[in-house]
Amino acid sequence: MKFNLKVWRQKNAKADGRLVDYTIDNINVDMSFLEMVDVLNDELIRKGEDPIAFDHDCREGICGMCSMYIDGRAHGPHHAATTCQLYMRTFKDGDTIYVEPFKAKAFPIIKDLAVDRSAFDRIIAAGGFVSVNTGQAQDANSLPVEKEAAEKAMDAAACIGCGACVAACPNSAAMLFVSAKISQLAMLPQGGPERKNRAIKMVEQMDAEGFGNCTNIGACEAECPKEIKLTNIARMNREYLAATIIDE
Amino acid sequence: MAYTALFKSSIGKKLLMGLTGLFLITFLLVHASINAMIWFQDGGVTFNKWAHFMGSNLIIRTMEWGLFFGLILHVVDGLMLYAQNRAARPVKYAYNRAGDNSSWYSRSMALLGTLILLFLILHLAHFWVKTRITGIEKYGLDTENQENLFAVMQEVFRSGLVVAIYVAGCFSLFWHLLHGFKSAFQSLGLNHVKYNETIAVIGIAFSIIVPFVFAMMPISMHFGLVR
Repeated sequence: MKFNLKVWRQKNAKADGRLVDYTIDNINVDMSFLEMVDVLNDELIRKGEDPIAFDHDCREGICGMCSMYIDGRAHGPHHAATTCQLYMRTFKDGDTIYVEPFKAKAFPIIKDLAVDRSAFDRIIAAGGFVSVNTGQAQDANSLPVEKEAAEKAMDAAACIGCGACVAACPNSAAMLFVSAKISQLAMLPQGGPERKNRAIKMVEQMDAEGFGNCTNIGACEAECPKEIKLTNIARMNREYLAATIIDE
Repeated sequence: MAYTALFKSSIGKKLLMGLTGLFLITFLLVHASINAMIWFQDGGVTFNKWAHFMGSNLIIRTMEWGLFFGLILHVVDGLMLYAQNRAARPVKYAYNRAGDNSSWYSRSMALLGTLILLFLILHLAHFWVKTRITGIEKYGLDTENQENLFAVMQEVFRSGLVVAIYVAGCFSLFWHLLHGFKSAFQSLGLNHVKYNETIAVIGIAFSIIVPFVFAMMPISMHFGLVR
Protein backbone atom coordinates (compact mmCIF):
# COMPACT_ATOMS: atom_id res chain seq x y z
CA MET A 1 0.00 0.00 0.00
CA LYS A 2 1.06 3.56 -0.70
CA PHE A 3 0.29 6.58 1.49
CA ASN A 4 0.81 10.31 1.48
CA LEU A 5 1.56 11.43 5.01
CA LYS A 6 1.34 14.93 6.42
CA VAL A 7 3.34 14.70 9.63
CA TRP A 8 3.66 17.40 12.29
CA ARG A 9 7.38 18.14 12.81
CA GLN A 10 8.40 20.30 15.73
CA LYS A 11 11.91 20.60 17.14
CA ASN A 12 10.91 21.23 20.78
CA ALA A 13 8.27 22.80 23.01
CA LYS A 14 9.30 26.34 22.14
CA ALA A 15 9.78 25.98 18.37
CA ASP A 16 6.93 26.39 15.89
CA GLY A 17 5.69 23.20 14.31
CA ARG A 18 4.55 22.55 10.76
CA LEU A 19 3.20 19.75 8.60
CA VAL A 20 5.78 17.98 6.42
CA ASP A 21 4.82 15.78 3.46
CA TYR A 22 6.15 12.23 3.14
CA THR A 23 5.28 9.51 0.65
CA ILE A 24 5.64 5.89 1.71
CA ASP A 25 5.24 2.77 -0.42
CA ASN A 26 5.19 -1.05 0.01
CA ILE A 27 3.28 -0.95 3.29
CA ASN A 28 1.76 -4.29 4.32
CA VAL A 29 -2.01 -4.16 5.06
CA ASP A 30 -1.44 -5.93 8.37
CA MET A 31 1.11 -3.46 9.68
CA SER A 32 0.05 -1.37 12.65
CA PHE A 33 0.19 2.40 12.30
CA LEU A 34 3.28 2.49 14.52
CA GLU A 35 5.03 -0.11 12.37
CA MET A 36 4.31 2.03 9.33
CA VAL A 37 6.00 4.98 11.09
CA ASP A 38 8.91 2.62 11.97
CA VAL A 39 9.35 1.87 8.26
CA LEU A 40 9.21 5.57 7.42
CA ASN A 41 11.80 6.36 10.12
CA ASP A 42 14.05 3.60 8.77
CA GLU A 43 13.93 5.27 5.35
CA LEU A 44 14.60 8.70 6.88
CA ILE A 45 17.62 7.41 8.80
CA ARG A 46 19.04 5.74 5.66
CA LYS A 47 18.67 9.08 3.87
CA GLY A 48 20.47 10.80 6.73
CA GLU A 49 17.37 12.73 7.81
CA ASP A 50 16.03 13.23 11.33
CA PRO A 51 13.56 10.42 12.20
CA ILE A 52 10.09 11.29 13.53
CA ALA A 53 9.91 11.18 17.33
CA PHE A 54 6.83 9.40 18.69
CA ASP A 55 5.77 7.65 21.92
CA HIS A 56 5.18 3.91 22.17
CA ASP A 57 5.79 1.08 24.59
CA CYS A 58 3.77 -2.15 24.88
CA ARG A 59 2.19 -2.09 21.40
CA GLU A 60 -0.60 -4.26 22.86
CA GLY A 61 -3.12 -1.52 23.53
CA ILE A 62 -2.73 -1.58 27.31
CA CYS A 63 0.04 0.83 28.33
CA GLY A 64 -1.36 4.17 27.13
CA MET A 65 1.96 5.38 25.83
CA CYS A 66 1.21 5.73 22.11
CA SER A 67 -0.62 8.92 21.27
CA MET A 68 -0.92 10.72 17.89
CA TYR A 69 -3.87 12.62 16.40
CA ILE A 70 -4.48 10.70 13.19
CA ASP A 71 -6.75 12.01 10.45
CA GLY A 72 -8.41 14.46 12.83
CA ARG A 73 -9.08 11.92 15.60
CA ALA A 74 -7.24 10.92 18.80
CA HIS A 75 -5.64 7.50 18.16
CA GLY A 76 -7.12 7.53 14.65
CA PRO A 77 -10.53 6.56 13.30
CA HIS A 78 -11.21 3.38 15.34
CA HIS A 79 -13.56 3.23 18.30
CA ALA A 80 -12.01 2.09 21.60
CA ALA A 81 -8.51 1.47 20.24
CA THR A 82 -5.06 2.92 20.81
CA THR A 83 -2.77 3.88 17.92
CA CYS A 84 -0.81 0.60 18.16
CA GLN A 85 -4.08 -1.27 17.54
CA LEU A 86 -4.82 0.75 14.41
CA TYR A 87 -3.91 -1.27 11.30
CA MET A 88 -3.10 0.05 7.85
CA ARG A 89 -5.96 -1.99 6.33
CA THR A 90 -8.23 0.65 7.89
CA PHE A 91 -7.04 3.07 5.20
CA LYS A 92 -7.37 2.94 1.42
CA ASP A 93 -4.39 2.65 -0.88
CA GLY A 94 -3.20 6.14 -1.84
CA ASP A 95 -4.89 7.87 1.13
CA THR A 96 -3.53 11.12 2.50
CA ILE A 97 -3.18 10.81 6.28
CA TYR A 98 -2.67 13.69 8.72
CA VAL A 99 -0.50 12.79 11.74
CA GLU A 100 -0.30 15.32 14.56
CA PRO A 101 0.64 15.18 18.24
CA PHE A 102 -1.97 15.48 21.03
CA LYS A 103 -2.32 19.24 21.34
CA ALA A 104 -3.00 21.00 24.65
CA LYS A 105 -1.24 23.66 26.70
CA ALA A 106 -0.94 21.12 29.55
CA PHE A 107 0.73 18.59 27.19
CA PRO A 108 3.80 20.45 25.89
CA ILE A 109 5.39 18.91 22.83
CA ILE A 110 8.76 17.28 23.51
CA LYS A 111 9.52 16.70 19.86
CA ASP A 112 7.40 15.98 16.76
CA LEU A 113 4.63 13.60 17.88
CA ALA A 114 5.91 12.98 21.41
CA VAL A 115 4.18 15.03 24.13
CA ASP A 116 4.88 15.45 27.83
CA ARG A 117 1.95 13.99 29.74
CA SER A 118 3.53 14.25 33.19
CA ALA A 119 0.70 16.62 34.18
CA PHE A 120 -1.32 13.39 34.62
CA ASP A 121 1.35 11.98 36.95
CA ARG A 122 1.24 15.14 39.06
CA ILE A 123 -2.56 14.86 39.33
CA ILE A 124 -2.23 11.26 40.52
CA ALA A 125 0.48 12.25 43.00
CA ALA A 126 -1.74 15.09 44.30
CA GLY A 127 -4.37 12.46 45.17
CA GLY A 128 -2.02 11.26 47.90
CA PHE A 129 -1.85 7.94 49.70
CA VAL A 130 -4.47 5.33 50.50
CA SER A 131 -4.52 4.11 54.10
CA VAL A 132 -4.13 0.36 54.46
CA ASN A 133 -3.94 -1.98 57.42
CA THR A 134 -0.50 -3.33 58.14
CA GLY A 135 0.50 -6.38 60.11
CA GLN A 136 -0.52 -9.88 59.18
CA ALA A 137 -2.30 -10.51 55.90
CA GLN A 138 -6.05 -10.11 56.27
CA ASP A 139 -8.60 -12.70 55.39
CA ALA A 140 -9.46 -12.26 51.69
CA ASN A 141 -13.08 -11.29 52.31
CA SER A 142 -12.73 -9.25 55.47
CA LEU A 143 -13.68 -6.10 53.57
CA PRO A 144 -17.04 -6.71 51.91
CA VAL A 145 -17.40 -4.97 48.52
CA GLU A 146 -20.71 -4.85 46.71
CA LYS A 147 -20.48 -6.59 43.31
CA GLU A 148 -21.88 -3.58 41.39
CA ALA A 149 -19.43 -1.16 43.02
CA ALA A 150 -16.53 -3.51 42.36
CA GLU A 151 -17.45 -3.72 38.67
CA LYS A 152 -17.82 0.05 38.29
CA ALA A 153 -14.55 0.69 40.11
CA MET A 154 -12.85 -1.83 37.83
CA ASP A 155 -14.35 -0.12 34.74
CA ALA A 156 -12.96 3.23 35.93
CA ALA A 157 -9.60 1.63 36.73
CA ALA A 158 -9.34 0.52 33.09
CA CYS A 159 -8.14 4.07 32.27
CA ILE A 160 -4.59 3.84 30.94
CA GLY A 161 -3.93 7.58 31.23
CA CYS A 162 -3.15 7.97 27.52
CA GLY A 163 -4.56 11.51 27.29
CA ALA A 164 -6.89 10.88 24.33
CA CYS A 165 -9.70 12.53 26.33
CA VAL A 166 -7.69 15.76 26.54
CA ALA A 167 -6.65 15.51 22.88
CA ALA A 168 -10.20 14.94 21.65
CA CYS A 169 -11.86 17.55 23.89
CA PRO A 170 -12.42 20.88 22.11
CA ASN A 171 -11.68 22.48 25.52
CA SER A 172 -8.60 20.34 26.28
CA ALA A 173 -10.28 19.28 29.53
CA ALA A 174 -8.87 16.39 31.55
CA MET A 175 -12.04 15.57 33.46
CA LEU A 176 -12.58 12.08 32.06
CA PHE A 177 -9.12 11.01 33.20
CA VAL A 178 -9.35 12.65 36.64
CA SER A 179 -12.89 11.41 37.19
CA ALA A 180 -11.84 7.83 36.39
CA LYS A 181 -9.00 8.06 38.90
CA ILE A 182 -11.25 9.59 41.59
CA SER A 183 -14.04 7.09 40.88
CA GLN A 184 -11.98 3.93 41.07
CA LEU A 185 -11.15 4.66 44.71
CA ALA A 186 -14.34 6.48 45.74
CA MET A 187 -16.43 3.38 45.08
CA LEU A 188 -14.31 1.03 47.16
CA PRO A 189 -14.01 0.86 50.97
CA GLN A 190 -10.22 1.02 50.65
CA GLY A 191 -10.54 4.52 49.20
CA GLY A 192 -12.88 5.71 51.97
CA PRO A 193 -10.61 7.40 54.54
CA GLU A 194 -9.03 9.96 52.17
CA ARG A 195 -12.01 10.26 49.85
CA LYS A 196 -12.83 13.96 50.32
CA ASN A 197 -9.29 15.23 50.46
CA ARG A 198 -8.37 13.23 47.37
CA ALA A 199 -11.21 14.75 45.31
CA ILE A 200 -10.24 18.29 46.33
CA LYS A 201 -6.51 17.84 45.78
CA MET A 202 -6.79 16.12 42.39
CA VAL A 203 -9.24 18.73 41.03
CA GLU A 204 -6.99 21.54 42.32
CA GLN A 205 -3.98 20.00 40.57
CA MET A 206 -5.97 19.45 37.36
CA ASP A 207 -6.92 23.16 37.31
CA ALA A 208 -3.35 24.24 38.13
CA GLU A 209 -1.99 22.27 35.17
CA GLY A 210 -3.89 24.45 32.72
CA PHE A 211 -6.39 21.98 31.33
CA GLY A 212 -9.63 23.47 30.01
CA ASN A 213 -13.08 23.26 31.59
CA CYS A 214 -15.55 20.48 30.82
CA THR A 215 -18.69 21.57 28.96
CA ASN A 216 -20.21 18.08 28.68
CA ILE A 217 -19.58 17.74 24.96
CA GLY A 218 -18.79 14.03 25.22
CA ALA A 219 -15.95 13.79 22.68
CA CYS A 220 -13.72 12.25 25.41
CA GLU A 221 -16.07 9.34 26.02
CA ALA A 222 -16.39 8.73 22.27
CA GLU A 223 -12.60 8.63 21.76
CA CYS A 224 -11.51 6.84 24.95
CA PRO A 225 -9.66 3.62 24.05
CA LYS A 226 -10.88 2.07 27.31
CA GLU A 227 -14.49 3.29 27.02
CA ILE A 228 -14.48 5.27 30.28
CA LYS A 229 -17.98 6.66 30.75
CA LEU A 230 -19.20 10.23 31.32
CA THR A 231 -20.97 8.94 34.46
CA ASN A 232 -17.52 9.12 36.08
CA ILE A 233 -17.42 12.88 35.47
CA ALA A 234 -20.84 13.27 37.11
CA ARG A 235 -19.54 11.21 40.04
CA MET A 236 -16.46 13.41 40.30
CA ASN A 237 -18.71 16.49 40.34
CA ARG A 238 -20.66 14.94 43.25
CA GLU A 239 -17.48 13.89 45.09
CA TYR A 240 -15.94 17.33 44.71
CA LEU A 241 -19.11 19.23 45.63
CA ALA A 242 -19.73 17.03 48.66
CA ALA A 243 -16.13 17.56 49.76
CA THR A 244 -16.12 21.35 49.28
CA ILE A 245 -19.63 22.23 50.44
CA ILE A 246 -19.85 19.98 53.49
CA ASP A 247 -16.24 20.09 54.61
CA GLU A 248 -15.32 22.56 57.35
CA MET B 1 -12.77 25.12 52.14
CA ALA B 2 -13.97 28.56 51.11
CA TYR B 3 -16.84 29.07 48.70
CA THR B 4 -14.69 31.36 46.58
CA ALA B 5 -12.27 28.48 45.93
CA LEU B 6 -15.22 26.31 44.90
CA PHE B 7 -16.42 28.77 42.28
CA LYS B 8 -12.91 29.42 41.02
CA SER B 9 -12.46 25.71 40.35
CA SER B 10 -13.38 24.15 37.02
CA ILE B 11 -16.13 22.08 38.64
CA GLY B 12 -17.50 25.09 40.54
CA LYS B 13 -17.75 27.06 37.31
CA LYS B 14 -19.74 24.36 35.58
CA LEU B 15 -21.94 24.00 38.65
CA LEU B 16 -22.69 27.73 38.44
CA MET B 17 -23.36 27.38 34.70
CA GLY B 18 -25.81 24.53 35.34
CA LEU B 19 -27.62 26.21 38.25
CA THR B 20 -28.08 29.56 36.47
CA GLY B 21 -29.02 27.69 33.27
CA LEU B 22 -31.79 25.76 35.03
CA PHE B 23 -32.97 29.00 36.67
CA LEU B 24 -33.19 30.69 33.25
CA ILE B 25 -35.05 27.63 31.94
CA THR B 26 -37.76 28.11 34.61
CA PHE B 27 -38.03 31.74 33.50
CA LEU B 28 -38.51 30.66 29.87
CA LEU B 29 -41.39 28.42 30.94
CA VAL B 30 -43.17 31.27 32.78
CA HIS B 31 -42.49 33.74 29.96
CA ALA B 32 -43.80 31.38 27.26
CA SER B 33 -46.91 30.46 29.25
CA ILE B 34 -47.96 34.05 29.91
CA ASN B 35 -47.21 35.25 26.40
CA ALA B 36 -49.23 32.35 24.95
CA MET B 37 -52.31 34.24 26.17
CA ILE B 38 -52.09 36.41 23.06
CA TRP B 39 -53.81 33.49 21.30
CA PHE B 40 -57.00 33.90 23.35
CA GLN B 41 -58.36 35.97 20.41
CA ASP B 42 -59.85 38.55 22.76
CA GLY B 43 -57.94 41.58 21.50
CA GLY B 44 -55.21 40.94 24.05
CA VAL B 45 -57.39 41.53 27.13
CA THR B 46 -56.26 38.40 29.03
CA PHE B 47 -52.66 38.92 27.97
CA ASN B 48 -52.67 42.57 29.04
CA LYS B 49 -54.17 41.61 32.40
CA TRP B 50 -51.33 39.17 33.09
CA ALA B 51 -48.71 41.53 31.68
CA HIS B 52 -49.98 44.15 34.11
CA PHE B 53 -49.79 41.68 36.99
CA MET B 54 -46.19 40.72 36.08
CA GLY B 55 -45.25 44.38 35.80
CA SER B 56 -46.84 45.58 39.04
CA ASN B 57 -46.62 42.71 41.53
CA LEU B 58 -43.91 43.43 44.11
CA ILE B 59 -42.73 39.80 44.36
CA ILE B 60 -42.43 39.46 40.58
CA ARG B 61 -40.61 42.79 40.31
CA THR B 62 -38.13 41.67 42.98
CA MET B 63 -37.63 38.40 41.14
CA GLU B 64 -36.85 40.40 38.02
CA TRP B 65 -33.67 41.61 39.71
CA GLY B 66 -32.83 38.00 40.53
CA LEU B 67 -33.40 37.15 36.89
CA PHE B 68 -31.02 39.83 35.65
CA PHE B 69 -28.45 38.73 38.24
CA GLY B 70 -28.77 35.09 37.16
CA LEU B 71 -28.49 36.04 33.51
CA ILE B 72 -25.35 38.13 34.10
CA LEU B 73 -23.75 35.31 36.11
CA HIS B 74 -24.56 32.85 33.31
CA VAL B 75 -23.10 35.15 30.64
CA VAL B 76 -19.95 36.14 32.55
CA ASP B 77 -19.24 32.56 33.66
CA GLY B 78 -19.83 31.34 30.12
CA LEU B 79 -17.47 33.87 28.58
CA MET B 80 -14.84 33.04 31.19
CA LEU B 81 -15.13 29.34 30.38
CA TYR B 82 -14.85 30.14 26.68
CA ALA B 83 -11.70 32.23 27.12
CA GLN B 84 -10.01 29.64 29.38
CA ASN B 85 -10.92 26.77 27.09
CA ARG B 86 -9.52 28.55 24.03
CA ALA B 87 -6.30 29.27 25.97
CA ALA B 88 -6.00 25.58 26.92
CA ARG B 89 -5.08 24.74 23.29
CA PRO B 90 -2.88 27.56 21.95
CA VAL B 91 -1.92 25.64 18.78
CA LYS B 92 -4.94 24.20 16.96
CA TYR B 93 -5.01 20.95 15.04
CA ALA B 94 -4.25 21.37 11.35
CA TYR B 95 -6.87 18.74 10.55
CA ASN B 96 -9.66 17.99 13.02
CA ARG B 97 -12.74 15.82 12.56
CA ALA B 98 -14.60 17.02 15.66
CA GLY B 99 -17.93 16.14 14.05
CA ASP B 100 -17.09 12.43 14.31
CA ASN B 101 -17.43 12.38 18.07
CA SER B 102 -19.65 15.28 19.10
CA SER B 103 -22.50 17.50 17.90
CA TRP B 104 -21.74 20.95 16.48
CA TYR B 105 -24.17 22.70 18.82
CA SER B 106 -22.54 21.20 21.93
CA ARG B 107 -19.25 22.70 20.74
CA SER B 108 -20.87 26.05 19.88
CA MET B 109 -22.56 27.00 23.15
CA ALA B 110 -20.61 30.26 23.42
CA LEU B 111 -21.52 31.27 19.86
CA LEU B 112 -25.20 30.32 20.31
CA GLY B 113 -25.26 32.07 23.69
CA THR B 114 -23.82 35.24 22.17
CA LEU B 115 -26.46 35.19 19.43
CA ILE B 116 -29.16 34.80 22.08
CA LEU B 117 -27.64 37.68 24.07
CA LEU B 118 -27.64 39.95 20.99
CA PHE B 119 -31.25 38.99 20.33
CA LEU B 120 -32.07 39.64 23.98
CA ILE B 121 -30.69 43.20 23.82
CA LEU B 122 -32.97 43.92 20.85
CA HIS B 123 -35.87 42.18 22.59
CA LEU B 124 -35.42 44.23 25.79
CA ALA B 125 -35.29 47.42 23.71
CA HIS B 126 -38.55 46.39 22.01
CA PHE B 127 -40.56 45.63 25.14
CA TRP B 128 -38.80 45.92 28.50
CA VAL B 129 -37.50 49.46 27.95
CA LYS B 130 -40.94 50.59 26.69
CA THR B 131 -42.96 49.08 29.55
CA ARG B 132 -40.58 49.84 32.42
CA ILE B 133 -38.92 53.08 31.38
CA THR B 134 -40.43 55.08 28.54
CA GLY B 135 -44.02 53.98 29.10
CA ILE B 136 -46.63 52.67 26.65
CA GLU B 137 -49.40 55.22 27.17
CA LYS B 138 -49.33 56.30 23.52
CA TYR B 139 -50.52 52.83 22.48
CA GLY B 140 -53.82 53.54 24.19
CA LEU B 141 -55.96 51.22 26.32
CA ASP B 142 -57.64 47.94 25.43
CA THR B 143 -61.40 47.29 25.65
CA GLU B 144 -61.08 46.68 29.43
CA ASN B 145 -59.18 49.98 29.92
CA GLN B 146 -55.84 48.28 30.60
CA GLU B 147 -52.38 49.33 29.36
CA ASN B 148 -52.08 47.82 25.90
CA LEU B 149 -48.87 45.75 25.64
CA PHE B 150 -50.69 43.67 23.04
CA ALA B 151 -50.77 46.72 20.75
CA VAL B 152 -47.01 47.19 21.26
CA MET B 153 -46.45 43.60 20.08
CA GLN B 154 -48.63 44.16 17.03
CA GLU B 155 -46.63 47.21 16.07
CA VAL B 156 -43.18 45.66 16.66
CA PHE B 157 -44.04 42.55 14.64
CA ARG B 158 -45.38 44.52 11.67
CA SER B 159 -41.78 44.51 10.37
CA GLY B 160 -40.81 41.35 8.51
CA LEU B 161 -37.15 41.89 9.38
CA VAL B 162 -37.93 41.95 13.11
CA VAL B 163 -39.95 38.73 12.77
CA ALA B 164 -37.02 37.08 10.93
CA ILE B 165 -34.56 38.14 13.69
CA TYR B 166 -36.92 36.80 16.37
CA VAL B 167 -37.26 33.46 14.59
CA ALA B 168 -33.44 33.27 14.22
CA GLY B 169 -33.15 34.01 17.93
CA CYS B 170 -35.54 31.13 18.65
CA PHE B 171 -33.40 28.76 16.57
CA SER B 172 -30.32 29.78 18.58
CA LEU B 173 -32.29 29.14 21.75
CA PHE B 174 -33.38 25.72 20.44
CA TRP B 175 -29.81 24.50 19.87
CA HIS B 176 -28.54 26.14 23.05
CA LEU B 177 -31.22 24.32 25.08
CA LEU B 178 -30.72 21.04 23.22
CA HIS B 179 -27.26 20.77 24.76
CA GLY B 180 -27.76 22.99 27.80
CA PHE B 181 -30.77 21.26 29.35
CA LYS B 182 -29.23 17.82 29.82
CA SER B 183 -25.77 19.28 30.31
CA ALA B 184 -26.98 21.18 33.40
CA PHE B 185 -27.99 17.91 35.06
CA GLN B 186 -24.62 16.30 34.28
CA SER B 187 -22.83 19.32 35.78
CA LEU B 188 -24.83 18.98 38.98
CA GLY B 189 -23.74 15.33 39.11
CA LEU B 190 -27.26 14.13 38.32
CA ASN B 191 -26.35 11.30 35.98
CA HIS B 192 -28.17 8.09 36.82
CA VAL B 193 -29.25 5.17 34.64
CA LYS B 194 -32.78 5.33 36.05
CA TYR B 195 -33.32 8.99 35.12
CA ASN B 196 -31.00 9.77 32.20
CA GLU B 197 -33.56 8.82 29.57
CA THR B 198 -36.30 10.89 31.22
CA ILE B 199 -33.99 13.92 31.45
CA ALA B 200 -32.99 13.50 27.79
CA VAL B 201 -36.61 13.20 26.58
CA ILE B 202 -37.83 16.17 28.66
CA GLY B 203 -34.81 18.16 27.47
CA ILE B 204 -35.50 17.52 23.79
CA ALA B 205 -39.23 18.22 24.21
CA PHE B 206 -38.55 21.46 26.10
CA SER B 207 -35.94 22.58 23.54
CA ILE B 208 -38.43 22.12 20.71
CA ILE B 209 -41.70 23.26 22.30
CA VAL B 210 -40.59 26.45 24.07
CA PRO B 211 -38.65 28.05 21.16
CA PHE B 212 -41.46 26.95 18.79
CA VAL B 213 -44.09 28.67 20.93
CA PHE B 214 -41.91 31.79 21.11
CA ALA B 215 -41.29 31.79 17.35
CA MET B 216 -45.01 31.46 16.60
CA MET B 217 -45.78 34.69 18.48
CA PRO B 218 -44.15 37.14 16.03
CA ILE B 219 -45.19 34.95 13.08
CA SER B 220 -48.87 34.84 14.01
CA MET B 221 -48.87 38.55 14.90
CA HIS B 222 -47.19 39.49 11.62
CA PHE B 223 -49.67 37.55 9.51
CA GLY B 224 -52.67 38.81 11.48
CA LEU B 225 -53.61 35.42 12.90
CA VAL B 226 -54.31 36.93 16.33
CA ARG B 227 -56.90 39.63 16.88
